Amino acid sequence: MKEYKTDVLIVGGGPAGLSAAAEAAGAGAEVMVAEGDLHLGGQLVKQSHKFFGSKDEFAGTRGFEIAKILKNEISQYGGRVKTFLDTTVSGYYPDEGAATLMTGEEEYFRVYPRKVVVASGAQERLIPFPNNDIPGVYGAGAVQTLMNVYGVVPGKRVLMIGAGNIGLIVSYQLMQAGVEVAAVVEGMPRVGGYWVHAAKIRRLGIPILLRHSVKRAIGDVFVTGAEITEVDERFNPVGSPTEIECDTICLAVGLAPSGELLWQAGCEMKYVPNLCGHVPYRDRYMRTSNRDVWMAGDVSGIEEASAAMIEGRIAGLAAAESLGYKVKAEKFEIFWARLKNLRAGEVGDKIRAGVAQVVVDGWEAK
Amino acid sequence: MELINSHPVLDFSHGKKVSFSFDGRDMEGFEGEPIAMALHAHGVKVYRHTPEMRRPRGFFCAIGKCSSCFMVVDGVPNVRTCVTPLKKDMKVETQNGRGSIDLSAGGVA
Ligand SMILES: Cc1cc2nc3c(=O)[nH]c(=O)nc-3n(C[C@H](O)[C@H](O)[C@H](O)COP(=O)(O)OP(=O)(O)OC[C@H]3O[C@@H](n4cnc5c(N)ncnc54)[C@H](O)[C@@H]3O)c2cc1C
Ligand code: FES
Repeated sequence: MKEYKTDVLIVGGGPAGLSAAAEAAGAGAEVMVAEGDLHLGGQLVKQSHKFFGSKDEFAGTRGFEIAKILKNEISQYGGRVKTFLDTTVSGYYPDEGAATLMTGEEEYFRVYPRKVVVASGAQERLIPFPNNDIPGVYGAGAVQTLMNVYGVVPGKRVLMIGAGNIGLIVSYQLMQAGVEVAAVVEGMPRVGGYWVHAAKIRRLGIPILLRHSVKRAIGDVFVTGAEITEVDERFNPVGSPTEIECDTICLAVGLAPSGELLWQAGCEMKYVPNLCGHVPYRDRYMRTSNRDVWMAGDVSGIEEASAAMIEGRIAGLAAAESLGYKVKAEKFEIFWARLKNLRAGEVGDKIRAGVAQVVVDGWEAK
Repeated sequence: MELINSHPVLDFSHGKKVSFSFDGRDMEGFEGEPIAMALHAHGVKVYRHTPEMRRPRGFFCAIGKCSSCFMVVDGVPNVRTCVTPLKKDMKVETQNGRGSIDLSAGGVA
């Protein structure tokens, strides 16, 4: 088996991982970025809309363009950042300080990193309903990959489940791609996403059915329709179901952090509903209870690309610093201030309360 | 192929067209793009049947994380077709059950 050594191994080449790579390499560290997908950029490459957030984090720029900016940034470090595409980090062995990686489905190799930054993002949730396993029931991310990355029409008529930002944005993107959206169904009594996105959807004449849920998917081999029903406050169905004709049921019912490697690394984890799942305890530098492991982005709690990028910068810089590379202390101050600013106000309430449950006052102090 | 031809924001630059086979049928797709995308563009949505209940499965996550899209590719079962790049003359087959490997061929184990 082939073996490599590197200063910092970064798991995942999304906004968090690329930002971490840029800072670590900028400080002088040798960096290796392993990305399981066929391209860098993570969720960003699927986002054709202009991002919200703050100016420092490229608000107003389209997601896939932000990915290009980050790729350019790491390319300026030349050979100091090595990127491996189609390469999944499949295991981490803290006792040996080794990670196993897999390129394609069969080619395995081993990496001995001095430090690791886990920026593996998130995984989509599934909700239970009869027939939810048949083809045509797709995660929102899958639908986006199909149409926005590869230009393949995902279906002719889509039923969207979930009126959070993702459900709303993907509905809009479907319309842009020429696909009909039958309706957006949402169990809660109100729209979860930003008002601007909901307004766009309504303008296009797509009904947003609040207090509704999907009862079952219809179809033997693949989806030919869906039964939806009104629900009460406890999500129990009321009244008789309505049948909707569609060939795709798109689930935009939330994400959960993909923390498998953090578990393997023995990081102390906690279930934090505000952060959408199990996440590691961390200090302000994004270091986990495993002294060799940092993390950043959605894996540390579901938030946004803007936050993921700042966390990535903090983690990358801190990992490099721990190896003795010189970093300017005020850089941390700047990043912390940007993060604080991003999480300020009412919109940041949920995240702030979530982070407060897992942030430690320096591991030395704990 | 059902491709998006015009889009207000995105430009799609596909790679080279190559031929491959799906369950013995000749098909075309773009080299380097995931196998599952090429199949979907041809309206193929069922990629395997589950081992016990024989339920049809297509893809779900499209990022290599859920195992829904396993198929037999060039004789190798359990290939995640949503993240495996298409190559010329690939032999792609619907997977039934868990799949088996040809140990005599030696290359797979
Ligand atoms: C529809 C939609 C709209 C959005 N709109 C906005 C917006 O307007 N503004 C905003 O700020 N945010 C937005 N977001 C959120 C934003 O995209 C995410 O918060 C952000 O991408 C998280 O970055 P990340 O780097 O943590 O994870 P990801 O972008 O998910 O990247 C993680 C990467 O890690 C790779 N990976 C995972 N595990 C492994 C492994 N074991 N080995 C190798 N590679 C691995 C994955 O393939 C992936 O490329 C949106 C999200 C969606 C879905
Ligand atoms: S669709 Fe989830 S692994 Fe391929």
